[in-house]
Amino acid sequence: MQIDMTVNGRAYSADVEDRTLLVHYLRDHLGLTGTNVGCDTSSCGACTVHIDGQSVKSCTVLAAQVRGADITTIEGMANDEELHPMQEAFRQCHGLQCGYCTPGMVMAATSLLSENPDPSEQEVREGLEGNLCRCTGYHNIVKSVLSVAGGQS
Amino acid sequence: MIPAALKYVEVDSAAAAVAALSEYGDDAKLMAGGHSLIPLMRFRLAAPAVIVDISRMGGLSDIRDAGEHISVGALARHHVVENSELLQAQAPLLAHVASKVGDPSVRHRGTLGGSMAHGDPASDLPAAVLALGGSVVLQGPDGERVVAADDFFTGFLETATAETEIITEIRIPKSSAGWSFQKFNRRAQDWAIVGVAAVLGDDPRVSLINMGPSPMRASAVEAALAGGASMAEAASLATDGTAAPTDLNGDADYRGHLARVFVERALVEAAG
Amino acid sequence: MTIMGTPRLRKEDPKLLTGEGKFVDDIHAPGELWMGMVRSPYAHAKIVSVDTAEAAAHSGVHAVYSGKDLEEMGLWIAPLPCVWPVTDDMLNPPHVPVVTEEANFVGEIVAVVLADSRYGAVDAAELVEVSYEELPAVASLDAAVTGDALAHSDLDTNKAYHWPLVPDPDALDAAFANAAHTVTGTFVQQRLIPAAMEPRGVLAVPSPHGGDITLYSSSQVPHILKVMVAATTGIPENKIRIVAPAVGGGFGAKLNINPDEILAVTLANRLGLPVRWTETRSEAAFSTHQGRGQNQTIEIAADAKGKILGVRVHLDADMGAYMRLITPGVPLLGSFLYTGVYDVPAFGFTCDGYFTNLTPTDAYRGAGRPEASYAIERAMDLLANEVGVGPDEIRRRNYLNGGEAFQDLEVASTLVFDSGHYGPNLDKALELSDYASLRAEQQRRREAGESKQLGIGLCTYVEICGLAPSRALAGLNYGAGGWEHALVRFLPTGKVEVVTGSTPHGQGHETSWSMIVADKLGVDPDDVEVLHSDTAISPLGLDTYGSRSLSVGGVAISMACDKVVEKARLIAAHQLEANPDDLEFSGGVFRVKGTPTAELPIQGIAYEAFTAHNLPDGMEPNLQEQMTFDPPNFAFPFGTHVAVVEVDEDTGGVTLVGYTAVDDCGPQVNPLIVEGQVHGGIVQGVAQALWEEAVYDEAGNCKNPSFLDYLVPSSMEVPSMVLDSTETPSTSNPLGVKGVGEAGTIGSAAAVINAVCDALSPYGVTDIEMPATPQKIWRKIQDAKGGEA
Repeated sequence: MQIDMTVNGRAYSADVEDRTLLVHYLRDHLGLTGTNVGCDTSSCGACTVHIDGQSVKSCTVLAAQVRGADITTIEGMANDEELHPMQEAFRQCHGLQCGYCTPGMVMAATSLLSENPDPSEQEVREGLEGNLCRCTGYHNIVKSVLSVAGGQS
Repeated sequence: MIPAALKYVEVDSAAAAVAALSEYGDDAKLMAGGHSLIPLMRFRLAAPAVIVDISRMGGLSDIRDAGEHISVGALARHHVVENSELLQAQAPLLAHVASKVGDPSVRHRGTLGGSMAHGDPASDLPAAVLALGGSVVLQGPDGERVVAADDFFTGFLETATAETEIITEIRIPKSSAGWSFQKFNRRAQDWAIVGVAAVLGDDPRVSLINMGPSPMRASAVEAALAGGASMAEAASLATDGTAAPTDLNGDADYRGHLARVFVERALVEAAG
Repeated sequence: MTIMGTPRLRKEDPKLLTGEGKFVDDIHAPGELWMGMVRSPYAHAKIVSVDTAEAAAHSGVHAVYSGKDLEEMGLWIAPLPCVWPVTDDMLNPPHVPVVTEEANFVGEIVAVVLADSRYGAVDAAELVEVSYEELPAVASLDAAVTGDALAHSDLDTNKAYHWPLVPDPDALDAAFANAAHTVTGTFVQQRLIPAAMEPRGVLAVPSPHGGDITLYSSSQVPHILKVMVAATTGIPENKIRIVAPAVGGGFGAKLNINPDEILAVTLANRLGLPVRWTETRSEAAFSTHQGRGQNQTIEIAADAKGKILGVRVHLDADMGAYMRLITPGVPLLGSFLYTGVYDVPAFGFTCDGYFTNLTPTDAYRGAGRPEASYAIERAMDLLANEVGVGPDEIRRRNYLNGGEAFQDLEVASTLVFDSGHYGPNLDKALELSDYASLRAEQQRRREAGESKQLGIGLCTYVEICGLAPSRALAGLNYGAGGWEHALVRFLPTGKVEVVTGSTPHGQGHETSWSMIVADKLGVDPDDVEVLHSDTAISPLGLDTYGSRSLSVGGVAISMACDKVVEKARLIAAHQLEANPDDLEFSGGVFRVKGTPTAELPIQGIAYEAFTAHNLPDGMEPNLQEQMTFDPPNFAFPFGTHVAVVEVDEDTGGVTLVGYTAVDDCGPQVNPLIVEGQVHGGIVQGVAQALWEEAVYDEAGNCKNPSFLDYLVPSSMEVPSMVLDSTETPSTSNPLGVKGVGEAGTIGSAAAVINAVCDALSPYGVTDIEMPATPQKIWRKIQDAKGGEA
């Protein structure tokens, strides 16, 4: 079926199988490979994107279900000049190592702050509980998110 | 893994959903948020030939005050339930439990109706609806009917919903009674190993998560409380009538112990 | 040194933060075909027949091959390699990419489909009909040791090898005969699924007319892979290029030579079309090796004061169904460390390797050393109990050289420890964790009878890294050397390129190597480009594993820089008309001593070397030097970890509430990266202690291959950590550096389980098997209560 949606402010269209998962629509059909796949059980959050501004695991959504929606992926976070403040915070705080979970972490973290601009450490940990990382032990990820929260307040 | 090939159909009303279910029969599955169904489809434990997408149907995601009860549209997402001021005021247990389901990204997508329809004994929200004495509104070819949550869960992943029916609404009686929700797991995002929801109104209601084939009430505990037993005595009956599963996180015996511990903690907290 | 030792943000990050970083699954080639693997549902079965007709007829399917089809096609000339035959008589049944006769573990590949899409390959694989005749399966290590079933029908035993390290048997016997105290620990190192966040993937792109082939693989070891692809397939090595693009974590799981890699290369080569595959997470429990899988027995003999007289260790080690690249050697990597940081006069170690019908095991973060550290550090707590002193005191009494600084000290396991200074490291960790207050709080809770009890666990570990002196590896029958190669080249415009054989997958080498070069050559780190992980760019290397990159590869870069400076010195002397010995070099500038105006920046010399207009007679143009560093000895980092847990006695639930680590990896290049490595390493060890285990049923099925049931911890399960360090330079290399990639994991599992046992000590509990699940802990408490009644 023909599926249209707006991704990072740009209109896309692709003819795909009805069963196509959003993450594969983005990666394999639109070439937006920044969104990663880390599991097959909605557990790891590597595939997290924003649908109409909210974090969602794109491996657990049919692309057909979000026809016409406004999607933001990691490729849509930085502008030409500079990183998004959350991306910059991850860099400043060494919140990434191999970088595979990172796009999903950044998308989950920005969604968290849009709902709770000044979270405690515990609230940050709760907000990221659906995103697994194998490198950092979460220490510096949590620090990264808190640094943005602090910076905004 | 990847879902098997399927035909995707979107409908824009409950009537159209019912018509689609009638047309495609066994081959069709309704999909709301998809967070129960898509994981099964990815492992091909479910392979519906037709997906009837109800996720963007109008009118079924509102939460409104209906006098005696709060009417929660079946398509209300967990995130919306969690943050509903109406629910926080009139049925705070439901809002609280919604905030403990899965993780935030899951809660942005999963729906209360979907969670009820799936009827998973390990799921949090059915237990909350049971403890609150809620009911489920079903629409089918012959019109609408209301089924009490007590009668809704009929077996393992089975509910009173007929093949051609759709859940349109969950009704939650208003409650100012003391309540508690207890969830024990090894990793925050996981299903409860054992969970307990309790509402200590005039008619105390206690429900159990993952203690049998379906979401269930702790009837013996409730009866003991009604009969004036102490909380500890009542909690000691938590496993009466249960059939707890054994899995990697715990065997039935351990689950029974946890049920007693968490029922008592729930009763103490709800009474506090 | 001005840049080394200072935290510096990573060069790697902007790409990885924006989605610009390309992992294998992000890279595509026109006309590519997707492999779909048909896997055995049985742990041990004869393959009766494979019917590929229905799959082959499916829309979008290019071809379907059974094992026999592939055998007849003659795609490979040798089975998948094992380069570490630890003994001359080690059993090593051939492991081919697709089996033909007998499947030996659940998930072993029995047929392969090629389809034109990711989804189509999965569909077609489901349509292949395989008929099996089930055979008795060896579904656990215990069953391999004691049961009747054979993992391989054509072998008459499950025991693959026996490997002893008993330098002085008489001394060992005497130590135990004379002991006032002996303690015995029997510990199980459960199987773990490595679970790097990026699933493994491959893409082979052939050049049908040119005859060469490029394999993109999410590999830690592109250089080793290149040699092994040549040796396995017969494709000339000079026609093979391996690219490891962005790699999303490895932890040892990406250091193998895998069936999918050989299949992709050979099928692409045969068909003249690109061939690809990416494992799914649940498939990874079968398609990628697992870690640990050992049963340990450790005995300590000590005198009346708890001073160790001897340590005796026996392991049974689960190889899984086949010997993978270094499977049999993993226990040996730990063998030398079962004496820990202690002065042990007599030592003996034996290991028996066994085949099971389970996913093969191989290296996983720490590979042998976390197991060793766990055993000795758990046993030291047993000894402390036996002697009646605290866990800190028993360690102090036994530290090598009394806890004072030492260099090049031979220990009982026959190794020479490069350097150590254990006493102050322990002191610092105890102070930082406020150990005395923790003990007081523990006492308060015990006396108050609170349901949440506190447990405090220590681990004072030592590990081996800097793999390795090539001659030492030869002594262990390892099939390759342990050097690393580096090339440092000035470009005409004064920028620098570094070519390294180290192959990062999250460790931040581009940043750290730039810092070394910047200090050595007096240039800006941002003017240094680090080239790696593509054998066409970096042809020589032995890759990244075992915490070896800095202490071998980083040192090679530093030494290559020294050579560059020496050549530049000769050019500067020539052009300044000075004696080379009269030149001093600092901040990137050569100056004639005593003549401040006579100076030449090294970038200018690079340009002179490029134009070659005015070089000393006979000197080669260009300013580039290379170095292959083969270290004279290993490096031995150490540290003290303090774990604090809360145990809910009503439920058995454990919460890690505090963690302090003081690690000593010698001088640090980039403390930011060091801390990150330690954080992540700690959590991987904690995960072994509390959550992770690949569980198999009696038929040999893995019951928890997905992330639903294999409990990789989230941010909610772990606390923020408190880290500090001490600095004891290594004598094994000119930078004095050690290694830190695995230290956290090597220290943390024992610290956590020591803490759990400490919390339960009022119940007389002295051990609990990993992972310490709530159910196990609750049962321990129940058993103890039952015993009292």
